Amino acid sequence: MNRDRKFDVIIIGGGISGCMLARFLSRYELKILLIEKESDIGSVTSAANTAIIHPGYDAIPGSLKAKLNVAANPMWDQLAAELGFAFTRHGDYVVAIGEEELPKLDILMERGKQNGVPGMRIVDEETMRKREPNINPAVSAALWATSGGICDPFGATVAAAENAVANGVILLRKTAFLDFIWQGKHIIGVKTNRGDFSSRWVVNAAGLFSDEVMHLAGIHQEFKITPRKGEYFVLDRNQFAVNNVLFPVPSDISKGIMVTTTVHGNTILGPNAKNINDKDDKENTKEGMNEVFEGAKKLVPEVNPRHTIATFAGLRAAGNAACLTPGVDYQHDFIVEIPEEVEGFINLGGIESPGLTAAPAVAEYAIALMKEAGEIFHEKKDWNPMRPARPQFRHLSHAEREELIKKDARYGRVVCRCENVTEGEIIAEIHSPIPALTYDAIKRRTWLGTGRCQGGFDLPRVTEILARELEIPQTEVSKKNGASTFLLRPTKDTGGEA
Amino acid sequence: MKTVFCDVAVIGSGPGGLASAIAAKQNGAKELLLIERDREPGGILLQCIHNGFGVEIFKQDLPGPAYAQHFIREAQQAGVSMLLDTMVLEISKDKRIIASSKTNGMLAIQAKAVILAMGCRERTRAQVRLPGSRPAGVYTAGTAQRWVNVEGFMPGKKFVILGSGDIGMIMARRLTFEGAKVERVLEIMPYLSGLMRNYVQCLQDFDIPLQMQHTIKRIIGNERVEAVETVAVDDHWSEIPGSEETIECDTLLLSVGLIPENELSQQVGIQLDPLTAGPFVDNHFQTSVEGFFAAGNVVHVYDLVDWVTSAGLQAGESAARYASGKLCCDEKEIPVRHGQNVHHVIPHFLDINSLKDGEKQLQMRVTKPLEQPVKVQVLDGTELIASRTLPYARPGEMVTIGLKEKHMEQIKNATQLVVQVIEKEGSK
Repeated sequence: MNRDRKFDVIIIGGGISGCMLARFLSRYELKILLIEKESDIGSVTSAANTAIIHPGYDAIPGSLKAKLNVAANPMWDQLAAELGFAFTRHGDYVVAIGEEELPKLDILMERGKQNGVPGMRIVDEETMRKREPNINPAVSAALWATSGGICDPFGATVAAAENAVANGVILLRKTAFLDFIWQGKHIIGVKTNRGDFSSRWVVNAAGLFSDEVMHLAGIHQEFKITPRKGEYFVLDRNQFAVNNVLFPVPSDISKGIMVTTTVHGNTILGPNAKNINDKDDKENTKEGMNEVFEGAKKLVPEVNPRHTIATFAGLRAAGNAACLTPGVDYQHDFIVEIPEEVEGFINLGGIESPGLTAAPAVAEYAIALMKEAGEIFHEKKDWNPMRPARPQFRHLSHAEREELIKKDARYGRVVCRCENVTEGEIIAEIHSPIPALTYDAIKRRTWLGTGRCQGGFDLPRVTEILARELEIPQTEVSKKNGASTFLLRPTKDTGGEA
Repeated sequence: MKTVFCDVAVIGSGPGGLASAIAAKQNGAKELLLIERDREPGGILLQCIHNGFGVEIFKQDLPGPAYAQHFIREAQQAGVSMLLDTMVLEISKDKRIIASSKTNGMLAIQAKAVILAMGCRERTRAQVRLPGSRPAGVYTAGTAQRWVNVEGFMPGKKFVILGSGDIGMIMARRLTFEGAKVERVLEIMPYLSGLMRNYVQCLQDFDIPLQMQHTIKRIIGNERVEAVETVAVDDHWSEIPGSEETIECDTLLLSVGLIPENELSQQVGIQLDPLTAGPFVDNHFQTSVEGFFAAGNVVHVYDLVDWVTSAGLQAGESAARYASGKLCCDEKEIPVRHGQNVHHVIPHFLDINSLKDGEKQLQMRVTKPLEQPVKVQVLDGTELIASRTLPYARPGEMVTIGLKEKHMEQIKNATQLVVQVIEKEGSK
């Protein structure tokens, strides 16, 4: 096989788990390939979730989920500093409404203690009302976990992937895993829509599709991902905003419909939880909207559908793996393993919430398993853990803006008027280490088009910039990939034909 | 950061901004800066290549760009300085404006008076909360209009348009001219939201069906729009089960309303009227913050550009007077309130003494259509001050009534004026 097609590690799936693992592995002398079937990394579950870095009081004690969640939580400060993505840690609150919900806080507190979560305390109703004036006046108390945080989940994914690429990882997008290549019980490579690649190790980080991948590896035929859809509503920050991350007391299957703030300052409501069959169904529904607003009103009665500026839906990759700890009866645990039946295969499955939080610990755990399996790691001498953030005009001071525009005048031209994203930022993303080639790719990286006009103003300007920078006709510029083009043809007076 | 000084700064160079800049200049503002975020002045008029502009002011039926050009030339002749391709990022109460551009970098502008003329933006899919998938091919009518008329691109070939707003109806005709098929226009209300003349000239004349009390239930398609599911609604906007219909199309245009763009106004703490989403203004078009004036669609959504121009002229004159210290702020102003069948009325406050300078128009939108002769009435509590008869009143078309010097005596002790639009007795 061609040298360019031989790797030490191939990672299937460019979500937060795959990208974080690629980044952690990139510090070692390994030839690594990361493949992603979509036109961009992190564009499925990693781009559509609640963006919470969980403290770890929800997970069932003894589960792998609990262990990796709690281990990962403190890693995020350093990660954010090294990789330059948005992250803040102001704690989160589980809010009890009415006296009858109070006992649930004690259960969570106890669970958190068992899991080793630091910095939890109960705050009384009065303090809670002071900290969040919009909260339901019937609040009885809240569990405050100071280690809770929020991040830009897509930003974290792209930053990890860019840092991996800078350290030598090869990333191929629009590259779909089709099957394994075997030698006896040893997986020695993968077949993809772009041909075969060989490798000593193959990692299943396929998220929603992790069940299908492990079935092709001949293991865990009983394992099944049931996509659990969650709908979200983003509110106009000028019209309504909360200051904190507010959870309701959880149900058996979900942490419940939250009212939370994003790193961009918008209040976000959701998610509901609905098991579905279709792994591509990201539709918003009227029922979902009603459910989310009803749920959110329980915490913050003043939320109003009229303040919605964006809606989206995400799919949690919910699995049915039994917890391996003896005596713990739990059927939705993470799988992170090197299965005995197959050689050269690292299997990640059922990495649903808190999968974003857990990603760095999942990566470290996978590396530890590889070591146990005899892999010898040599650190790269020139590994660079830093990935500096590119300038974001809206976060700069006037003096910084002035300096930036002096260096590159294109940062002076604001293209997105709600979020103040400049032409310079758009062009920087188009020519970045993992180039943004579609409108949505630019939107996720710059936050352009996410404001109250939802791209109404910037869209024609961005299609023009993309066409110019990529040297393609505007009619080929797309929203997410080839088939989702915006424009059909030139008008009659500019040479088009009806 | 460099600071430039001026008497009056105008934010936005659409019809409201252009007219106010010209009027301010003509009324004594020496240094005047007109700031525009696009590369050319003219605002949305530049993409409105259809005619229908200027019928009231010029008695001429002009296309949008020609109408704009008239005022651009006049502004240039009057000596208005323009900062183009320049985005205003911040304004503060002391009338300091921070803007950025490719050519000037970061720039501070210190003005004596500020005219807000940012126009409006279109309501989006999320704001009307349309369920379904999120493919390419769902655009606001104005975005499509920019693509077709300015950039020279057709966004699709088979369209459904939601909303009977003017831009939507005009785009239905424009797209038909371009060889596209407009399958249908849907309107959730039982009446038209745009002008009747646009219904006749843009839909009826081209056999484009309009379905009242219908909306979109679901958008279908993963990459690009493949179809929409429509549904009929009752008088309370509740979907009528069994009335669903799937229409194949590759593009859905939204013409579901305009929202005055007042994010900058909010930075200064200008009070906004929840009914219009625009600032509270008096008949000088001064807002709740002294020295800040508002012109055109940033105040409320007009039906005709001609009225935007007149409002701009008034705002410009007032701003120039303010900048030179000639607009007093302790004049007696009385509130003007919306009464029966009036959604809102502009101005919110009337400076009674200013009636000496000439007739002042009260402009309003009705809440429901009355398809028979109506009376537009101004009352002072219970006393009738002024009245006017119109053949009908429709929400899509602005209704006006003037107050003159002769009314001054009658209303000088009034605590408020109430405006109502009622059926003319015996007209049924």
